[in-house]
Amino acid sequence: MIFHPPILALITAAMIAAVVLAGSGVFALRLLAHWDLDSGAERQIGLERATTLVSTVVAFVLVLEAASLVLFAFNADRMAPLFVGAMCAVGTLNASIYGFPTLWAKIVVFFAAFAWLALDRVDGRTRDYALIRVKYAGLLVLAPLVFIEGALELAYFLDLKADTITSCCGKLFGEDKPALGGDLASLDPFLAMGLVAGGLVVAIGLGFLVGRGRFFALAHGLASVAVFGLALAAIVAAIAPYVYEQPHHHCPFCILKREYGHFGFALYLPLFLATGAGISSAVLASVAPTSARAVAEVATRRLGRLAIGGHVVFALVALAAVLTSRLTLVS
Amino acid sequence: MRAAFERRRHLLDFAVRSLARRPTKNLGLVAIYALVVFLVGSVMLYGAAIRREAAVMLASGPELTAQAMVMGRHEMSRTTDVAALKGLRGVRRIEPRLWGYLWDSAGAANYTLMVPPASDGAHALAKGEAIVGEGVARARRLAPGKMLFLVSPAGKFLKTKVKSVLPADSALVSSDLVLVEESDFRAFFELPPDVWTDVAITVANPREVATVAEKAALKLPGHRFVTRADMTRTAEALFSWREGLALALLAGALLAFAILAFDKASGLSAEEKREIGILKAIGWETRDVISAKLFEGGLISGLAFLLGVIGAWTHVFFFSAGLFEPVLKGWATLYPHFPLAPTIDALEIATLAMLTIVPYMAAILVPVWRTAAADPDAVMR
Amino acid sequence: MITLEGVTKVFNQGRHNEVTAVGGVDLDIADGRVTVLRGPSGSGKTTLLTVIGCLARPTTGRVRIDGEMVSGLPERFLTEVRRRTFGFVFQKFNLIRGLSALDNVVLPALPLGVAHRSLVDKAVGLLEHFGLADRVFLAVENLSGGEAQRVAIARALINDPAVVIADEPTASLDGERVGQFLAIAEELKRTGKTVLMTSHDPRITEAAIVDRLVTMADGRIVEVAP
Repeated sequence: MIFHPPILALITAAMIAAVVLAGSGVFALRLLAHWDLDSGAERQIGLERATTLVSTVVAFVLVLEAASLVLFAFNADRMAPLFVGAMCAVGTLNASIYGFPTLWAKIVVFFAAFAWLALDRVDGRTRDYALIRVKYAGLLVLAPLVFIEGALELAYFLDLKADTITSCCGKLFGEDKPALGGDLASLDPFLAMGLVAGGLVVAIGLGFLVGRGRFFALAHGLASVAVFGLALAAIVAAIAPYVYEQPHHHCPFCILKREYGHFGFALYLPLFLATGAGISSAVLASVAPTSARAVAEVATRRLGRLAIGGHVVFALVALAAVLTSRLTLVS
Repeated sequence: MRAAFERRRHLLDFAVRSLARRPTKNLGLVAIYALVVFLVGSVMLYGAAIRREAAVMLASGPELTAQAMVMGRHEMSRTTDVAALKGLRGVRRIEPRLWGYLWDSAGAANYTLMVPPASDGAHALAKGEAIVGEGVARARRLAPGKMLFLVSPAGKFLKTKVKSVLPADSALVSSDLVLVEESDFRAFFELPPDVWTDVAITVANPREVATVAEKAALKLPGHRFVTRADMTRTAEALFSWREGLALALLAGALLAFAILAFDKASGLSAEEKREIGILKAIGWETRDVISAKLFEGGLISGLAFLLGVIGAWTHVFFFSAGLFEPVLKGWATLYPHFPLAPTIDALEIATLAMLTIVPYMAAILVPVWRTAAADPDAVMR
Repeated sequence: MITLEGVTKVFNQGRHNEVTAVGGVDLDIADGRVTVLRGPSGSGKTTLLTVIGCLARPTTGRVRIDGEMVSGLPERFLTEVRRRTFGFVFQKFNLIRGLSALDNVVLPALPLGVAHRSLVDKAVGLLEHFGLADRVFLAVENLSGGEAQRVAIARALINDPAVVIADEPTASLDGERVGQFLAIAEELKRTGKTVLMTSHDPRITEAAIVDRLVTMADGRIVEVAP
């Protein structure tokens, strides 16, 4: 365990999140068992009243989760000097076997939470609590995810020891390395950029059509997930080297560093927003019952616009990185 | 969109007014809150500043240091050892160093006596001259031109004239420093002319430090090689640990504060409860009341955080964290008295916010909801 | 038209102190009329008023407003219906101390997100209409009883409700103010508002403007006249 202030802050946040979701989860079970909208009994009124609390606290936790994802990445980068061989966040995350799983768990929780909040918003706008059961069943999925994330994070921080020998990003994202990182790094930059550009065009196009029905929303969700993957690949294969102006430096984490003007945040933030919005609009469209269709469509459209915005900003930022770079990978 | 914006504006406006209507209660809360932010913030900003200082200090040191070892203990290096290292590939410069500690009973402090390396022209000294650190100058009331007398454990005297005082910029380690000329140093400690404290090795390419260390170890098996990265890591770990420990001690204060916030938010006066009842009755829904109350909490947090951070920042960078210095620094008897370079770091501010604002908001959520969920018909009963 | 079908309201359901405040009420309240609920204290008239005014949900039974079922709506929509349909004048006026008359009048409109300027203009207009032009910025605790009631009425009207509900409107007023209140009630009726009051004050129950007098006892309606 390394007593590092951001670690203490992250653990505090994880504990608050776990407590809130444990309580909300228990409430979700009670709600699913006893919900009866036609009843005017005090139990029903109490349940309805408590849903406001659950919406508020879960929204709070989800904002916290988003903040903690950013802080986690930021802090991993800053802690690199503590580990032998670490140059950036990759080294810190590699210093324990729980490092990367924690990061992935945080990303999954971020997207799941995004979708849940979208369900909550739409449910709050229906007159018959149209999504209440789906929403609380969803909470029962979300709660274990948050626990797993918290447990991984705790295990990670407890496992971290200064002086651990770890590997720097060059090992993970080197062109000659056998693992996924190496495959991505050795991907042809032209191909990678072409794929993500194509994906973005499709996703943005579908973003305009999400309100037209379930099919488009689902397609848009899938496209957003695909673009997320393609974008990460393109960052490793091409965008990051352009930012570093070094053809063999592929690390997707070093771009978060101050040396590169925290450029990574400008790249990842819109990408995460767009992906979250895309997934949420697909989830909404697939679970919204007919009685909530009108409300859900408004929300889906809005999410579609958010996704379009995120994708456009991502594309522009990436393009700016390529155009302003003195490096030429593609002639 | 416009209506949602106006709604927030109205609710925020209402929150400001309702805070202003209970000035004593809210100012008291802000004061305690700001104090908590101040305490936690001071520890964090100070720890971070110290780590930065240490990093800056180490950055100017050699990439690699060689120390002779005899039976696992530090020994003096010989001039022949230095010669053995000559000709290593990738090495820019090899410099034997002379330095040692001296307990000064008059000042009740430990000094670091050192001979400035030959490459350091700025601090070149003639026989009988000395350059002292800021802490030494303070303790012994020295200024350029004054005389400094030192007594060795063996009873040897050294009389030097102070040439200059080291600037306080990198005072963390230079504070207790006394630089003297080589022959003075050897005479004072009765050292033969061919021994050195250790050997500093400057490596041309920082990526080759490990390789150079490996090759050097083959040439000088009796020496231990310490890289700068090792030292940075040790310093980073040490200061992080101290800072973390101090924060863990403050966790009690944070918890007490969260309980206080919870209590304040749940123990509303009859007047406040009546107000919320009225709002509910005339057409506010639970969500509106929660928003207004969270705006209140946010305003209190924002104000207290701002005050606390400004306070902590001033405390750390302009008063050298007078309150916590002994806890966090405490590694030499002479505490350096130096202005830390003022910086604002997003990670530190974000961490501080997560450690203070998040527990506060979390503590008031449930009480806020409980009051906001009051029955709208309560005022008519 | 507000329609109540078999409305009951039970407090502390299932516990030893269970109370049936309203037990099975069917009632129609016609638009544009003045209806008064009369009865001794404890007869359930105030509870019934809270159910009609969407402040509370009935334990069983239905409430319809212009044909729309409102008794099963989520709080958010119930509040929306309430804001749109009803204005409330409470027995003790329930103004918020420390705020000016103006700030009190705009309160019900704040969550609606109305533009600030038009909201203030409207509130000042209402206060002027009720003869409080020089009281606009005065803190409400400095107002007389009659003035406070008129501020409360102005507040009830800020969202242009179709129905004005007044609980024991004359309980806190002295003699001459009652006449003033009746004049306002008459004006509301003339402008097409539905007025619903509870009262056991004969000056109200026997006033000429009352179109319908509903008498309650023990949570039930015992007489409707005419």
